[in-house]
Amino acid sequence: MSNEIKHHLTDELLMGYSAGTLPEAFNLMVATHLSLCDACRAQAESYDTLGGCMLQDVSETVDMADDALDATLALIAGGVAADAPTRPSCDVLPAPLRDYVGGSVSDIKWKPVGMGVKQAILPTSAAASARLLFIPAGAAVPDHGHKGMELTMVLQGAFSDAIDRFARGDVEIADEDLEHMPVADISADCICLAVTDAPLKFNSLIPRLLQPFLRI
Amino acid sequence: MFAEVEPVETCGAAEAVHQIMRKRKTSVRKGKTAVNREDDGCKPQGEWVAHVLRIRSAQDKPAFAELFRHFAPRVKAFLIKSGSTPSQAEECTQEVMATLWHKAHLFDPSRASVATWVYTIARNRRIDLLRKERRPEPEELTWGPEAEPDQVDIVALQQETAHLRKALKALPQAQRDLIEKAYFGDLSHREIAARTGLPLGTIKSRIRLALDRLRHAMK
Repeated sequence: MSNEIKHHLTDELLMGYSAGTLPEAFNLMVATHLSLCDACRAQAESYDTLGGCMLQDVSETVDMADDALDATLALIAGGVAADAPTRPSCDVLPAPLRDYVGGSVSDIKWKPVGMGVKQAILPTSAAASARLLFIPAGAAVPDHGHKGMELTMVLQGAFSDAIDRFARGDVEIADEDLEHMPVADISADCICLAVTDAPLKFNSLIPRLLQPFLRI
Repeated sequence: MFAEVEPVETCGAAEAVHQIMRKRKTSVRKGKTAVNREDDGCKPQGEWVAHVLRIRSAQDKPAFAELFRHFAPRVKAFLIKSGSTPSQAEECTQEVMATLWHKAHLFDPSRASVATWVYTIARNRRIDLLRKERRPEPEELTWGPEAEPDQVDIVALQQETAHLRKALKALPQAQRDLIEKAYFGDLSHREIAARTGLPLGTIKSRIRLALDRLRHAMK
């Protein structure tokens, strides 16, 4: 599957994921992409290795309390919190997304945003936002630019814009310089995960008026 | 973090460093790999691996105590550097070490050193604790029929980690400090700039330089 992915995450994002410095919505994007992409997963794990080395050789250590080991053994004796139940698999949503949706693709609570396009905002911290987008086969998302950074990853179907064609697992990274109008392939409805650290700006009047209601 | 960092800046060097790791991954998947027998002064099995395996198979408390004495003061330092209060860090470190015991059966020495594994547990706990956020993790890999990792793969991974660690230690202090801040400080590049007084461009090029040196050291 990974062989088919052409558009990957940047090393900056992978290092940020490993260091734990990204907003939750971006962590969700990275975790979802890594679920589909072995190459990026290997790179992310190598950044974890760098973190492990830094931990081993941290410039100074801090002593634990005198009774810390006993307290920890008592914690261990107390048992372990039950893991979250594993959700049944889904051909569209990898595990991290199933956790945020609370189920499979049929459980997504879509809200129409016009012209057949639907979205579902996912519950993340406010530093950045994550949403699922549904673009009907052959439909276009209005021409728009971006204020901050926006990542869009295809989960089902495919879309094309002036840059390239993006299929399952591919991530398009948009910033302030990109104005584009993604069009879904005619063969299938397109479902994407989109995360952004700033509101999108639309180039025509009506979507701009809609924007506050869309929370995008 | 995004508005202030251009993704391309550190890409080249980081990419190069990680091709090495990617090769490692590919060989893990194939299940066979050539082992670098060069003596680098490290236990071929990897430091602390035997301890975790003893915890897993025999609930070995003396092994856990040794691991605890080594890693707990490091995890605590990591949490304090990341902005925890000392009492938060103490409590959180105990939880991290308890997690290590409970999850010992999930540790895979052909994919991570013990230090890497402890680091990821501590990092996730830090996000829970300090940011009160969930930490989405990738879907578990399904490894196919073989249940136990190949000894050859374990040796290869543990040796590569030892090489990386050695290379990291050999970095000039200024570069090490920046990498440490990027990992432990929970700081963006811009915040590091504010704290060290170095301009953003300098910081990015220093991190790039550090990753570049690591790549050469690992050849």
